[in-house]
Amino acid sequence: MYSRAYKSIVSAPPLLWVGLFLLLPYALMFAHSFWLVRDGLLVHQWNLQNYTNLFQNPVYVEVLFRTMRIAASVTLLSLLLGYPLAYFMSFHAGVRKDLLYQLVIVPLWVSYLIRGYAWKTILGSEGVLNAFLQYVHITKEPVSFFLYSPFAVILMLTHIYTPFVFLPLYASLEHIPRYLVEASHDLGASPRATFFRVILPLSLPGLLAGATFAFALTLGDFLGPILVGGPSSIMIANVVQSLFGTAYDWPLGAAISVCILFLIISLLFMTERLEKRWSFR
Amino acid sequence: MTAALSNSPSASSATAVAGALLEVRNIAKRFGTRDVLKNISLQIGSGEFLTLLGESGSGKTTLLRLIAGFEQPTSGEIWMSGVRLDTLPPYQRRVNTVFQNFALFPHLSVTDNVAYGLRVTGCPASEIPARVDAALRMVKMQEYASARPSRLSGGEQQRVALARALINRPQLLLLDEPLSALDANLRKQMQGELKALQRELGITFLFVTHDQDEAMALADRIALLKDGALEQVASPRDIYARPATSYTARFIGQTNLLRAEIRNGFANCGSLRWPANSPNGKALFSLRPEAIQLASEASPSPDAVCFRARIHQQIFAGSVEQLEVDCAGQLLRVRISARGVLTGEHEFVFDPADAIPVRE
Repeated sequence: MYSRAYKSIVSAPPLLWVGLFLLLPYALMFAHSFWLVRDGLLVHQWNLQNYTNLFQNPVYVEVLFRTMRIAASVTLLSLLLGYPLAYFMSFHAGVRKDLLYQLVIVPLWVSYLIRGYAWKTILGSEGVLNAFLQYVHITKEPVSFFLYSPFAVILMLTHIYTPFVFLPLYASLEHIPRYLVEASHDLGASPRATFFRVILPLSLPGLLAGATFAFALTLGDFLGPILVGGPSSIMIANVVQSLFGTAYDWPLGAAISVCILFLIISLLFMTERLEKRWSFR
Repeated sequence: MTAALSNSPSASSATAVAGALLEVRNIAKRFGTRDVLKNISLQIGSGEFLTLLGESGSGKTTLLRLIAGFEQPTSGEIWMSGVRLDTLPPYQRRVNTVFQNFALFPHLSVTDNVAYGLRVTGCPASEIPARVDAALRMVKMQEYASARPSRLSGGEQQRVALARALINRPQLLLLDEPLSALDANLRKQMQGELKALQRELGITFLFVTHDQDEAMALADRIALLKDGALEQVASPRDIYARPATSYTARFIGQTNLLRAEIRNGFANCGSLRWPANSPNGKALFSLRPEAIQLASEASPSPDAVCFRARIHQQIFAGSVEQLEVDCAGQLLRVRISARGVLTGEHEFVFDPADAIPVRE
């Protein structure tokens, strides 16, 4: 057994760290959301003005809904890409498994910014995609809607977050004992029936974890819209960023942040409940 | 040794069975450079309980997996009721398996596990509850219908796995060491139930085990595998009384292997000498420990072989005494009924007909 003194000495640094860099900032954010700015100065006067503004101003609500739409699209597309990939690698890749796994992981080592800029060069009006389309005479002039649109943001974020969806999915598929698949075939189930009745249900926890990653990370993303999105695809994090920056309205920015925080916390709470229900071991 | 009830053809027609349900023809299986199965040919009769017996690594599970369809043979064919089986995927074979670790679906209740085979093969939904109920009743698990497999004990999971495998009324049931995960008492009980169930249903059972007592207790016939080849296929009684090889004689029960020199109709092994009608030269004989008796207790036949031997070791095993006796430097195992402590030299006898010539 460790002595009381030893325990407190060992646990002090992490507690201090969490208190100083996590709890205190959250508390400050929470407090700011109930203050206001008057004549360019922060006034420590408790009120609910920021929250009423937030929900009465259609712009904020619209941006919030757009952000959730984009997050949902990215989640769905990442799952559509990540699931078949994870399934193929886990069940059919054989000896190439390890190599393919590395290939999926490698993009994660490349900076987010570089990957963003790469999409810019691909999608831009002078970009690779347009040059190709003109070269093969599918289009005569550069197509401008590739870049600076919600489409570009969804494309780029899907590319970035698919490995995050893939990893938990692959792990959960790898954990399905192969004798269960054999038992299913043995009982007369075709590969298709086996997938829907055994493999898919048993991979739901991984699928849920991956979807949560993609959704939560997209919800808080602000570089995507800056790099490839343009004004038509401003997301909620961009609004927060500008409120804390040029607009100098920290209280309103804090109120939005608090809303996003609660959204994410309730999402995590829900997925945890579901994950518990869907895991059987 | 547990008594086996045999109603199968004799050992002389080792692999040829009238009305064969399953026929394995010249099956070989190679994993990389390793020959796991070498040219196996075996027939299983309809309604028969055949046990595939062998040490771990003998290829018995591989043969089972080839029949189930989880592996493809390197060469050879498997036929069942006139249909070529080895070219069909596992889900089109009328063969079901009870897995060693039961392989119950963890996300489904007992009922849904048992109903699985019916649902995926398009059985009318109206029939399913009654058939599942009957199957659960058969294995005495109807009280657990709504439980999850993880809540069940090993024995209970075993019963559910059996019900699930039998629900599609397979022609052939494969059992891959299904009792090895159970403790000794439960295993004995399940052996009895399995045997009774097999008789009642009349379904052909192919049962894989490494436990020779289990094989003797259950099987109509035993197919003994060694290093991927069939060593002997015969009923438990025949395989015990007339082992074909020294490996069989040692693996099934205990034995004394006597390395003898045949000269003019007599076998000579150390100081022992008995009539044998084998050609002159070296020969190997198997003599079971219980075939040797104390001369004072036996009523020897005229041609019985007598010898004197010193008691080297005596182990009391309840109803029997297991002796190791020293006959002029040669150690022999002897099993006699319990009769108190023996010391010094004694006169022993055996009937030369019990010395069975075996191949190396």
